[in-house]
Amino acid sequence: MRIWDRLMHLARRRSPRLCHLNSGSCNGCDIELLSCFSPRYDIEQLGVRVEGNPRHADVLCVTGPVTRNTVGAVKEAWSEICEPRAVVALGSCTASANVFAGSPTIAGPVSRHIPVDIYVPGCPPHPDAIIDGITRAAQILADRGVPAGLQPDRHAPAAEQGIQP
Amino acid sequence: MSLPFSAQLLVRLLLFPGILFAVPAGWLCIWGEQAAVARMQRRIGPPLLAPFFDLIKLLGKRVPARHGLEAGLLRLYPVCSVFSLAAALALLPVFPETAHGFPMDGLLLVALLELPSVLFLLAGFTSGSVYAETSALREAILTLLNDSVFLLAFITLAITARSLHIAAMAAPARNPGHWIAVLAILFCLPVRLRLNPFSTAAGERETHAGPLSDYAGTALGLWETACALEWVALTGLVAVLVLPASGAWWIHALLFLALILTQVLLLAALAAGTARFTLEQSIGFYARWVAALLAIASFAGIWLRVRL
Repeated sequence: MRIWDRLMHLARRRSPRLCHLNSGSCNGCDIELLSCFSPRYDIEQLGVRVEGNPRHADVLCVTGPVTRNTVGAVKEAWSEICEPRAVVALGSCTASANVFAGSPTIAGPVSRHIPVDIYVPGCPPHPDAIIDGITRAAQILADRGVPAGLQPDRHAPAAEQGIQP
Repeated sequence: MSLPFSAQLLVRLLLFPGILFAVPAGWLCIWGEQAAVARMQRRIGPPLLAPFFDLIKLLGKRVPARHGLEAGLLRLYPVCSVFSLAAALALLPVFPETAHGFPMDGLLLVALLELPSVLFLLAGFTSGSVYAETSALREAILTLLNDSVFLLAFITLAITARSLHIAAMAAPARNPGHWIAVLAILFCLPVRLRLNPFSTAAGERETHAGPLSDYAGTALGLWETACALEWVALTGLVAVLVLPASGAWWIHALLFLALILTQVLLLAALAAGTARFTLEQSIGFYARWVAALLAIASFAGIWLRVRL
């Protein structure tokens, strides 16, 4: 990997900016996401920041099942994020619509409308799990920006990936 | 320093206190403010290199191309802002004992410091986004208030120094009018740097990014660089106005840095300790306090001039 690519890889991993989108959540996941920024969890120390505008963000954090009213917003927010981008689906509702499945107001889980990279299970998920999901998304984001053929092989043994035992 | 004027200017523009110094120093200021606020909230805060990584990451974003005059203007604004602030930094007399600047360079300095805020507003109005335009309008009201105070403070400095030469304004013969004007410029900093309690337009920014709503990628990175330079240029201006008259060049450089960092901590404390003003509250604050302060400063300056 060239120096510039290495630097870009590092920068993308170290400064992911989140755009939080509530696509019909009960607010349980939203509260847990907010607590990640509280003094107890302080996700900002990993370089993570929240952006109100998807154009300034790298990672889209979706909470809740997609309702009929929010289908357009979800698709538009995703399309506004410039490449490379990643999507994190927080909570069980984003994966399966959970208790809202079958409701006439629900347009299905998030993956029916936009590609999802990381699912964080739970109802609501624990802040530790959310932080883990976001850091994994940042890693995906970093790998996505690297030219094809230069990406590290995630399935290779740890020693080959440069990870110390 | 026995370098010719043009070489001195080039060194000031490119090295110290120009781009090579000011960009990392601006990142340090931004990080320092965020880290200080985080510490006050019992958090650790962002990593030291976060602003640097932000810029690198933005340079690698693949932004859909825009065409036409509007796209060209949107790209031009942040570039002009960066160059304007770098030139403003080059005019700051960090080492007062050296021959520096030219007559009436203070006017140029003020113009160079004002240009980025005007371009920031233009960026919002040019983008065609209703969100950016709404935020730019709010920002414009604050900028109008703040810039009138900033200009009045500058006029007061010029009256008290009897010169429009920035090195003369920063000269040691300082009177109460000078100090009140410096205090008024300090009041202007939270508005210019968009910090609490004067972050009214940031209320819009938190939902749709303010006048820069339509920006992404390299252009947004350039705006962030301009923001970093603005930190150094504005806090540097205050530092220059309060720096002592004599001493070795390295003492001046260290004091310059120390004064910038002190202001960063003060601004962080103000931002962490206050709630956001509404637009009406900001106007009231300026009308009641800062304008009164400046009226006193201007009166003191004129009185001293008549008396001496």
